Amino acid sequence: MSSPAPPAVDHLLRLADDELILGWRDSEWTGIAPFLEEDVAFSSIAQTEIGHARAFYELAARELGGTADELAFDRRPEEYRSSPLVELRLVHDWGRTIARHVLYELADAIRIAEVKGSPDPDVAGLGEKIEREEAYHRMHAQMWADRLAESEEGRKRLVAGLEELWPYALGLLEGEARERLTADVAERLPFFTPPEVEPVERGEHVDEWAALWEEMTMVRRSAPGGQW
Amino acid sequence: MAVWEVFRQEREGQPFQHGGSLEAPNREFADAYAREFYGRRDESFALWIVPREAVLEVREPYVAPVFDRDYRRVDGYSIKVKLKEARELAGTPSG
Amino acid sequence: MTPRTEEAFIEHVQSGGQVEATDWMPDEYRARLVKFIEMHGNSELMGVLPEREWILRAPTLQRKLALTAKVQDEAGHAQLIYRVVEDLGKPRDAVLEDLISGKSKFHNVFHYPTKTWGDVGVIAWLVDAAAIISQKALLKCSYAPYARIMKKICWEESFHILHGRDVILAMVTGTPKQRELVQEALDRWWKPLMMFHGNQIPAEKDPMFHWRIKSQGNEEARQQFLDGYVPQIRELGLEIPDPKLRKDEATGRWAYTEPDWDELRHVVTGHGPMTAERLGFRRASRDETAWVRDVVLAEAA
Repeated sequence: MSSPAPPAVDHLLRLADDELILGWRDSEWTGIAPFLEEDVAFSSIAQTEIGHARAFYELAARELGGTADELAFDRRPEEYRSSPLVELRLVHDWGRTIARHVLYELADAIRIAEVKGSPDPDVAGLGEKIEREEAYHRMHAQMWADRLAESEEGRKRLVAGLEELWPYALGLLEGEARERLTADVAERLPFFTPPEVEPVERGEHVDEWAALWEEMTMVRRSAPGGQW
Repeated sequence: MAVWEVFRQEREGQPFQHGGSLEAPNREFADAYAREFYGRRDESFALWIVPREAVLEVREPYVAPVFDRDYRRVDGYSIKVKLKEARELAGTPSG
Repeated sequence: MTPRTEEAFIEHVQSGGQVEATDWMPDEYRARLVKFIEMHGNSELMGVLPEREWILRAPTLQRKLALTAKVQDEAGHAQLIYRVVEDLGKPRDAVLEDLISGKSKFHNVFHYPTKTWGDVGVIAWLVDAAAIISQKALLKCSYAPYARIMKKICWEESFHILHGRDVILAMVTGTPKQRELVQEALDRWWKPLMMFHGNQIPAEKDPMFHWRIKSQGNEEARQQFLDGYVPQIRELGLEIPDPKLRKDEATGRWAYTEPDWDELRHVVTGHGPMTAERLGFRRASRDETAWVRDVVLAEAA
């Protein structure tokens, strides 16, 4: 698995890793969201992200061999293609969590539209299916952003999160998709003006990454050759 | 925080039944949470989400009428004996 | 509509009558309901914690999804149950404050640590099995709003036990190390499981039975658990750590080593191995998100 993957597979792995790691981070909120109704809602979002990751890994496994689980859990930490945005540990800070949520969903909408246009019918078909669930994610993210922005305290915290995470959100995408994201963010989040910044590019992992990988793979590593 | 009552329709065409209640600050949140609580297992076809204060409850003993109103019910009509008599008068065979 | 004297009310519930939220009810009935249902809600909420950290460690995508869904259900059930308590007159904030300050209780099993993935399987299989026995008996609760949500809860939880049993089956058919993890977990959990349904108070002396909040006695529930699950555990070649455990074929009753009821009391009054840490975690995470509730749950402007 250490030889470089062809571009199409590499793209699938980027999508899969982003969804897996975001789902992992979102599931850190399970049971401790600001209130119980939200616990249930946010957990569903974490579950669909993991479900999407699995579907992307399955497509990548057509080329790379192995299983979705092996791709998700048995690579070395440096082999993951996840973007720094999804790796950041934000648990307990709901303002930054919603900032990441809304930025990710807006960026992901652009990306999934590209996936739907893929010449590979399996990839395009998966894009269609994912889009249906992501539409709910966007509604949820927008609902939260709007509600936070209605109060002074909420807006202050949300905007601080958006400012901090904006360079990371740009790094999720490439080329002109970044300009589209800037325009979409300005339209959907009128209380926030995206500053001109250097994107935090994919490739380097954030400081918290090592600990995440350790925890995510610890049970699997504890009994090599085991079945789970 | 507002309480919302959720009514769910299990399959298209069926009557709506009360599912339960939840708390949400506005209609958007109530919508999202109702879908989670009553739809995440694909158990509902449609939902009605109603602010609790919009529900008017009326209960016994003020629901059912006090006096017998057997003329509204099927068991209020005993036609067997009368039918037999009518048939005998008409000379038609009894069924 | 319920009768308006305590005597007639008791007769009403004891002969199978039900009570709605807006009905008249004796103060004692309301107080007992609140306490009992609140503890049930607390247990669902605290039951999230022993499993939640293992969501992050789940060894396959399928297990991760199933465990997340299970913990999500528990949070959802806490919400359903707390709503019943709220409609009986105790606000959610007060319920959570009493939980965090140690004033109210939660089930003994959620005071213990989850050491390995084997524990995750044992909890999902056997703790949930014990819980579902109690919850099924509550379908007949005299308080109708509680009985109604119990129907939803039992239906939703039906996959939890299967998920747990499947985790255990995968491990006992895996490597010797994995099998060992399961046996060790069973050794750790057996005593708390035997305490789960409470001491052997006869049903007719149990005030919860008197008011028909509960419809079955503690020992009856435990016997049902043993009947259902001892054979399932043994058929996997696992050893139950109780030399006295055996079924008397003549009476159909299980004999077992008397659980240490002092330990149970000690644990549920806030002195379990994980009580302080878990309540501290709850308090900290609740404090961190207090601002969200302040700004978001405030009445719409």
